[in-house]
Amino acid sequence: MEKIFEVKNLFYQVGETKILKDITLDIEQGKYLTVIGPSGSGKSTLMRILASMISATSGEVLFHGKDISTYEPTEYRQKVSYAFQQPTLFGKTVRENLAFPFEVRKQAFDEDKVIKYLEMVNLNQDYIDKSVNDVSGGEKQRIALLRNLLFQPEVLITDEVTAGLDTENKAIVHKMLNEFNQRGLTILRVTHDESEIESSTDTITIKNGEVQDV
Amino acid sequence: MSNLTVSNSTLALGFVLVLVALIIGYVEKLRIDKDIIIGVVRAIIQLSLVGYVLKFVIKANDNWLTLACFVIIVLNASWNAGKRGNGIPKAFQSSLLAIFVGTTITLATLVLTGSIKFVPEQIVPVTGMIASNVMVAIGLCYRNMMQTYTDRHQQVLEKLALGADIKLASLDILRDSIKSGMQPTIDSIKTLGLVSLPGMMSGLIFAGVDPVKAIKYQIMVTFMLLASTSIGSIISCYLGYKQFFNDRKQLKDD
Repeated sequence: MEKIFEVKNLFYQVGETKILKDITLDIEQGKYLTVIGPSGSGKSTLMRILASMISATSGEVLFHGKDISTYEPTEYRQKVSYAFQQPTLFGKTVRENLAFPFEVRKQAFDEDKVIKYLEMVNLNQDYIDKSVNDVSGGEKQRIALLRNLLFQPEVLITDEVTAGLDTENKAIVHKMLNEFNQRGLTILRVTHDESEIESSTDTITIKNGEVQDV
Repeated sequence: MSNLTVSNSTLALGFVLVLVALIIGYVEKLRIDKDIIIGVVRAIIQLSLVGYVLKFVIKANDNWLTLACFVIIVLNASWNAGKRGNGIPKAFQSSLLAIFVGTTITLATLVLTGSIKFVPEQIVPVTGMIASNVMVAIGLCYRNMMQTYTDRHQQVLEKLALGADIKLASLDILRDSIKSGMQPTIDSIKTLGLVSLPGMMSGLIFAGVDPVKAIKYQIMVTFMLLASTSIGSIISCYLGYKQFFNDRKQLKDD
């Protein structure tokens, strides 16, 4: 399988503190990779570097064989999308959130497409005009993930997106991510959730800013 | 003009009003006596100097000298506005462009429409009025911007992560910040004549000008402040927001 990411001798440092130390790893296209490790081990930092939200102190990250710094950042982030643990919903209504990916791509809001995607995460079309204050935590996360997936990226990085969700919401998120993975989406999932770790076929462990095993 | 009776002796007697502020500060243990005294002394010295400078400039009636006054006022206002944007890189340069453009466009419009004449006694005070208002507006814009980038840090990050350009990711902040710069001018317009009889109008009435004519000048001042604070706020915000990001379109403090 083609390598989508090649990480070579990556370091990340804040002041004197080394957060990532000489990370080298390859990630294949289409994988559903689970990234595990203790809190503060550098997992999220590595993921944020891969998503180009921050830049490494030294080392290289190649995406499709090309250094990520050579990509135009906004185009790159449309290909490699990052989902946060505690997302915020923008503006006043759910519509503003689901319209945002269209706005980013300067496209008109496609309500039919949005309804189809909402149904995928067990939300009906009435949600479009719901106030962001009237959605539960689980619904909020599902809506936030739809923002990432309305235009399918090549890679989705999820940073503990199921933390704090109940079993039902977790199941909905898992189902959706599995479906997208089967459609070719590469997923990098940071998690502490035991059941997610147990069900993973591909994992990497990061400890003290170093990769333990691939 | 005979009604203008302020003299050195009446001013000295008026100093009793400063004592009122000092007594309040002392009784309430506010520890602002030093600030009050320094402020009053500075105000007396600065205004006296400006009085003599203006007297000279008006008497000389020289275009270059008038322009020099314009430049000094704009530079000074920009330096002060830049200080209020402490923490935003290139705040002075952004303020300078914003104040220069805002003041120039407004002044040029007033001169070209015949509202004021290009003579020092009109250009210098009007420049001061415009530049000081733009300076305050820019200061408010910067303060709002720094605060909202902190408050909405996560939201900006999420928008960037969705592939938004820095402008789209900052649009709400930009709008709020521009609005915060313009709001005091808009608020003061609403209460004009009802709560406040502003400086321009009051000055003219003091000088014996017919209040109806004085009002026309005040309306002109209102228009010019509205235009200049809008221009200044827009320019400073559009230049300022970019400073929160690096060339990889990442939030700088992240």
